[in-house]
Amino acid sequence: MREFSYHRPKSVADAAKAFSSKSEARYLAGGHSLLPAMKQRLNAPSDLIDLSAIKDLKGIKIAGGEVVIGAGTTHAEVAHSTEIKKAIPALCVLAEGIGDPQVRNRGTIGGSLANNDPASDYPAAVLGLGATVVTNKREIAADSFFKGLFETALEDGEIITAVRFPIPEKAGYAKFAQPASRFCIVGVMAAKTKSGVRVAVTGAGPGVFRATDIEKALASSFSAGASLPAVKASGLSSDIHAGAEYRAHLVGVMAKRAVAAAG
Amino acid sequence: MSSTSVSMTVNGKSVTKEVPARTLLVSFLRDHLGLTGTHVGCDTSQCGACNVHIDGKCVKSCTVLAAQADGASVTTIEGLAKGDQLHPMQAAFKEHHALQCGFCTPGMIMTGVALANEKSNPSETEIREYLEGNFCRCTGYHNIVKAIETGAKAMRR
Ligand SMILES: Cc1cc2nc3c(=O)[nH]c(=O)nc-3n(C[C@H](O)[C@H](O)[C@H](O)COP(=O)(O)OP(=O)(O)OC[C@H]3O[C@@H](n4cnc5c(N)ncnc54)[C@H](O)[C@@H]3O)c2cc1C
Ligand code: FES
Ligand code: FES
Repeated sequence: MREFSYHRPKSVADAAKAFSSKSEARYLAGGHSLLPAMKQRLNAPSDLIDLSAIKDLKGIKIAGGEVVIGAGTTHAEVAHSTEIKKAIPALCVLAEGIGDPQVRNRGTIGGSLANNDPASDYPAAVLGLGATVVTNKREIAADSFFKGLFETALEDGEIITAVRFPIPEKAGYAKFAQPASRFCIVGVMAAKTKSGVRVAVTGAGPGVFRATDIEKALASSFSAGASLPAVKASGLSSDIHAGAEYRAHLVGVMAKRAVAAAG
Repeated sequence: MSSTSVSMTVNGKSVTKEVPARTLLVSFLRDHLGLTGTHVGCDTSQCGACNVHIDGKCVKSCTVLAAQADGASVTTIEGLAKGDQLHPMQAAFKEHHALQCGFCTPGMIMTGVALANEKSNPSETEIREYLEGNFCRCTGYHNIVKAIETGAKAMRR
């Protein structure tokens, strides 16, 4: 890891100020994507601005038909939240399936979304449930937040403060995990929401996307028995773990499992 | 060099040191405090040999900066035994011969204790799932699973 200076501000405003006064600053949350990348020298920030002491970024609230999760909330806190389990159990299932217990004790929802790894889990929840990403500057709808491989709508220095998930009628999450890392080869969030059926797919391509043909098929009957259209392999990822054809097939299988899990 | 002052409680004792900001918690423990029971297996967040508890939560200390643990209470494998008396989880590992080379053992025991604190009566499946982030290249895991079952039971007493 290259050298850097370390800062731990107590408020979002101080963090943003510290960021803008440094040449190559980077925010640090759980550090479970950033620190490994820095060890490999894929990243070499001049300054790390640790967000973990900011109380406003923590906590889980249920209000006005929404689950609101602070950006600094860990995967373990989401997985074990009895309130979320009642409102959107699929979110707990998703969080519980991330990495391993130690990763879940450190990694945060905000870090995961800002990072937008194409094989990560949370993007499927945010897009599939039609959530809103709240930042220190604005609110960004899920449909315009994800911009492909490790890219998001976040501007330089913008801080995610919370994510607001509207509570769906029902939702289920299913993932086919890479056996060593537990990242998604394919993960699918399927939800029946007030504004219609949403099906979001992560892991399969260079970024999370909505499977609109599957959404249409499920709109008439949101059931695991529904016949789903085949998914095309073109544009999907191929690597040593799975080819594009295999991933395309898995999207259909995981979509059915997600719908079955939604009950 | 960008250094930073770090204060924390390690195994009940408070320590303060000026260290380079990029110091990982695992090297703070091993190189600055001489607590070499915490191992570095992979240095890539995979193997769990470096597991310690921060404020009661099991974490991979190769993927935490010492500075991030400022103000926290850290427990390492050295902090479990009471004098000559092994912690029940350590005793269970000995009883079940849950190690061969012993390299993974400190991390396995820290994970076992964390699981027992979360769930006092974990099933075999729960134990195996909880070991997702701990690699052992010697034992084949069976005896580790048995040891954690026994250790968790002994911790209930
Ligand atoms: C062994 C291992 C297995 C894993 N398995 C999985 C898995 O199965 N599924 C999965 O989804 N993930 C997995 N992960 C990734 C893990 O979930 C990370 O914790 C997560 O992707 C990043 O969150 P973090 O809090 O650690 O962020 P950090 O690593 O601290 O930060 C990541 C990026 O986000 C930025 N950032 C952080 N917080 C904010 C904020 N509030 N506003 C703006 N920018 C911010 C940082 O500047 C940085 O660029 C795994 C990681 C490891 C090490
Ligand atoms: S050394 Fe930390 S996980 Fe392997
Ligand atoms: S006993 Fe050798 S790695 Fe586990």
